[in-house]
Amino acid sequence: MPPALETRGLTIRFGGQVAVDQVSCAFHPGTLTAIVGPNGAGKTTYFNLISGQLRPSAGSVHLRGQDVSRLGAPMRARLGMGRAFQLTNLFPDLSVLENVRLAVQAQSGVFLRFLSLAADRTDLTDRAMAALRRVRLDDRAATPAAVLSHGDQRKLEVAILLALEPDIFMFDEPTAGMSVDEVPVILDLIESIKAEGGKTILLVEHKMDVVRRLADRVIVLHNGALVADGDPAEVVASPIVQEAYLGVRPNA
Amino acid sequence: MRWTSRLIAGDRPGHPVATALVLALLIGLAFAPFLFPGTKSMAAASRICIVIVLAASYDILLGYTGIVSFAHTMFFAIGAYAVAVPLARGVEGWTAIIGGMFGGAVIAAVLAALIALLSLRVRRIFFSMITLAVASLAQIVAAQWRDVTGGEDGLTFALPAALGPAFRLLPEPFLGVRFDGRLITYYLIFAVCLALFWLMLRIVNSPFGRVLMAIRENEFRAEALGYRIVIYRTIASAQAAAIAAVAGGLMAVLLRYNGPQSTLSFEIMVDILLMVVIGGMGTLYGPALGATVIVLAQYYLRPGLQALSEATAALPLLPQLFHPDRWLLWLGVLFILIVYFLPAGIVGTLRRRRA
Repeated sequence: MPPALETRGLTIRFGGQVAVDQVSCAFHPGTLTAIVGPNGAGKTTYFNLISGQLRPSAGSVHLRGQDVSRLGAPMRARLGMGRAFQLTNLFPDLSVLENVRLAVQAQSGVFLRFLSLAADRTDLTDRAMAALRRVRLDDRAATPAAVLSHGDQRKLEVAILLALEPDIFMFDEPTAGMSVDEVPVILDLIESIKAEGGKTILLVEHKMDVVRRLADRVIVLHNGALVADGDPAEVVASPIVQEAYLGVRPNA
Repeated sequence: MRWTSRLIAGDRPGHPVATALVLALLIGLAFAPFLFPGTKSMAAASRICIVIVLAASYDILLGYTGIVSFAHTMFFAIGAYAVAVPLARGVEGWTAIIGGMFGGAVIAAVLAALIALLSLRVRRIFFSMITLAVASLAQIVAAQWRDVTGGEDGLTFALPAALGPAFRLLPEPFLGVRFDGRLITYYLIFAVCLALFWLMLRIVNSPFGRVLMAIRENEFRAEALGYRIVIYRTIASAQAAAIAAVAGGLMAVLLRYNGPQSTLSFEIMVDILLMVVIGGMGTLYGPALGATVIVLAQYYLRPGLQALSEATAALPLLPQLFHPDRWLLWLGVLFILIVYFLPAGIVGTLRRRRA
């Protein structure tokens, strides 16, 4: 069986700068892979290449063995790639419910319906509410997204991803900027997605305790290149991660 | 959903004052020949109906999808010429009117889709520039292609007898109103405009309409959800253009004339923009109210100022200030006041106050 997701020699240059440098990596169903690396290592750019927001300078992206490098972000989303963004990326003037409902609508393949009423699709609304309940945001359903606190916006971002029901979940620092008491909601949620089984989960994360708790596998990006790949405990303890994060080579 | 709510696609004006204004407008237009008899007021009421549709169709672009186009009057004019050209060439009246409106709508939709497909991939400001260029080109074509468009002079033509003032539906006036061809013309315009407005309410409240709003809010995110935004914008542009074209056909019927000044001029484009902004972008009801305010100002500000000027004749300075030739100045003051006190437009600001 081909891997759920694979990148082959994936590279992007901005001018002379190589942001992602020949990253070849396969991701398998049922595995949560944490992607770590210092700021500017190319983690988010790597995500953007996978989900189609950026086109690579070289290399390719394969979804279940199929080369999707030529497809744009919308088609990749329809093929089951779900992305939650690092910088909160919502529809600010629309209600919390409408934000999620739009994801459910896309997931249900309701694309060009001009004359039916959106409000009549209670099935879509119910599913959107279910996703909001999972992140405990159902009581804010009518609020415009722009008014939410930062932590609630992060939760909404995750609810949108849940509503897409993707095969591949891509979380980009889902707990960044969240208050301490909000973090467990998101971490429990990611664990519950993992427990469903069969999902391929990619997680960009800085916090090593989160990585240790959730990850089955860790890969390390440094200056755009894949420099380590393996078991979380090993990789986190490896000299290259210590150097990448602390900027110094630990004494041997 | 209750049937009253269903009738307006579940889209309420959103504030008691807005609801009252919209209802007053609807009743006023529905019974205009009886409430405001007279040639001038009938002309104003007909124009309000048509311009409401024109402004609301522009709102689908500007307010719902976030597309800034300056070519909207071009589609209005295409519909008007599509009715005017065959009529001026002696095609049978109803065939020309109905065929022209359909044909004009199709041509406008195809042209809008082409412009959108070719240029919506570029950044928004460049798209606006392209529409400006296309609109200028359309003005040159209308002015120069005299054999067809009649050039700057435009085209005058006769309508079917049933729409003429000599046609009598009833031999005697009823409720003080003559049931003649002009009344039929008015209700024809009113009915088509009401149907088009309802159609637009359905469009913006459909699943498709929700995606348009998502594109306006954050196109990057809409794409990440799986929506191909170029397709949505293209279809929205085509729909708005087709609706504007039908409104243009009605304008030709109303005026029994069509020329660059009546449907294609850049002043009309500016008026449409003002109507949408004054009424409230992305509310559909707002542009309807904005269109009413502007048409009423165009028709009645001058005589109103004339009266005011005469009433203050004994006072210093005031008669000069209210001189009817200053009507554009007062229109400008009105705009500034509305934009200052109602920054999100009439309906937009009322809705925000409620929320």
